Amino acid sequence: MIETVGLSKTFKGGVEAVGGVDLTVERGEIVGFLGPNGAGKTTTMRMLTTLLPPTSGTATVAGHDLLADPRGVRRRIGYVSQGGGINPVAPPARELELQAMLYGMRREEARARTREVMTRLDLAGLEDRPGGALSGGQRRRFDLAFGMLHRPALLFLDEPTTGLDPQSRANLWDHIRALRDEHGVTVFLTTHYLDEADALCDRLLIIDHGRIVAEGAPAELKTGGRTLDEVFLDITGRSLREEAGV
Amino acid sequence: MTITAEALAGRGRFPVLRDTWLLFRHDLGATLRQRVGLVFGATQPLLFLVLFGPIFATFGTWETLVPGLILQLGLLSSGMAGFGVVFEKRSGVLERMRVTPASRLALLLGRVLNNAVTLILQTLLLLAAGFAFGLRAPATGLLAGLALVVVLGMSLAALSYAAALTMNEQLFAPVISTVVVPLMLLSGSFLPMSMAPGWLDALSRLSPFRYVLEALRELFAGRYLTGTVGAGVAVTVVFAVVSLAVGTRVIGRVNA
Repeated sequence: MIETVGLSKTFKGGVEAVGGVDLTVERGEIVGFLGPNGAGKTTTMRMLTTLLPPTSGTATVAGHDLLADPRGVRRRIGYVSQGGGINPVAPPARELELQAMLYGMRREEARARTREVMTRLDLAGLEDRPGGALSGGQRRRFDLAFGMLHRPALLFLDEPTTGLDPQSRANLWDHIRALRDEHGVTVFLTTHYLDEADALCDRLLIIDHGRIVAEGAPAELKTGGRTLDEVFLDITGRSLREEAGV
Repeated sequence: MTITAEALAGRGRFPVLRDTWLLFRHDLGATLRQRVGLVFGATQPLLFLVLFGPIFATFGTWETLVPGLILQLGLLSSGMAGFGVVFEKRSGVLERMRVTPASRLALLLGRVLNNAVTLILQTLLLLAAGFAFGLRAPATGLLAGLALVVVLGMSLAALSYAAALTMNEQLFAPVISTVVVPLMLLSGSFLPMSMAPGWLDALSRLSPFRYVLEALRELFAGRYLTGTVGAGVAVTVVFAVVSLAVGTRVIGRVNA
C-alpha cells in the first residue's frame, strides 16, 4: 500500500528533515510511525500525502506514483493532520458535504454519506454546531470523518489522539480498528503514546534523525522483558548520547 | 438554485469548472453575510468621492475621477483578499482541501470569484454614490468597465493569496496597504497622468494599472473601440493569466 525508496527532504537552508527513508506498508495493516519530536515523522507523512514535494527518492502510495500521479494518490488516501482542519466559524457537517462533492459525489450522495459517517462516529445531532463550539473529542472525530469520508484505501493519521481524555482516546482507537477490521482500510499513524502504539498497531516503524532505526511488531521489539517505552528510549536515546560524544 | 454542479460541469467532464462552482457556492453565503466588511472595504474611495470629489469637479469631471476611485477600490479590496486565506491556512482548512483531488486552480478560483462578488457590490455602491454627485456615463460603458475591473480584481486577489501564503503573516497587511499607495498614484487614480511631468509620466507607464484606468475612463466616456481600450483590455488579460498561474502554483505548493 506504501512503498518508498530513498525518500528524502532537505528544506531551504540545508536542514535535512528526512534522509532517505525506505519503508513498506502492506494492505490492511495498522502501522505506527514513532520517533522523537523533530525526527521527521510529519515531514515524511506530508510527502506521502502529496503536500510536500520530496527532494529525492520515489514512492508508490495506494497504487499510484507519488510524483507522476499525485491526483491519483489524493483520490485514494485520507489524511488527518496534527492540528486537524476544522473551520471554527462554520458547521463541519456542511464542510463534509462540500468535501464529499470534491471527491466526485453528487449532492444527494454527499448528504447521505455525511449522515452515515457522522452517525458512525457518534456525531449525529451536531449538524448545525460550528467547529469552534465542539469539544476536543468531537473535533477529532470530525477530523477523522473528513479523512474517511470518501472510503479511502489508506488513511494517514498524524497524532490522532494527542490532547484527548482517556475515554475519547479509547473511543477513537475503536473507530480506527473498526475501519481496518470492517473495511480493510490500511492505517499509517504517528503517535507519542507508546501504549497506543502497543495496543493499536500491528507493526511499528521508529524514525530518528530522518532515518528508520527500528522496525517490527510491538512484541518483536519488546525483547529482554523491556516495555515499549524502554525500547524506544534505548533506540532513540542512544543516538542522543552518541551525538553528545558520550 | 436551479443550476446544479453536474449540469454546469457537463456531468463531470470539466472537473475544474465543477470544483470551482462547488467551492464558490460554498463560500458565497459567508461572502454575502459580511455586509459591514463589504461597506467598510469601500470606505476609502467613498470618502475620496465625498470629500475630494467636489473639489476635483471644479476643474475636472466626475467621469474622470470615478474610474480612478474604482481602481483604488479594486486595489484595496482585492489586495487585502489574502487575509482570508491566512485564516484558512492557520485552521488547517486549506491543507485539508489540498489533500482532496480538487483541482488546484479551482481551489484558487472558488475563493477569487467570491472576492469578485464583493468587488462588484462595492463598485455598484461607489457608482451609485457617484451618480448622486453628478456622474453620467452610458450603460454599455459602465458594464464594460465593470467587467474590466472584475477581471483585474480577480487577478489582484490571486496575487494577494500568493503573497499571503508566502510572506510573513504579520507583515502582510502593512506591506499591502503600503504597496497599494504608489500603485494607485502611479496609475493616475486621482489626477490623470497627462498632467504629470515627463519622468513621472514615464514611470507610470511601467504600471499595468495605468492602462486599465485609461481604458476605464474611455469606456465611461462612451468610446469603446479605441486603441486605449484595446491596450487596457490586453494588459488586463495578460495580468490575469500571469496572476492566476502564480496563485495556482503557490496554493498547490505552499508548505505550512
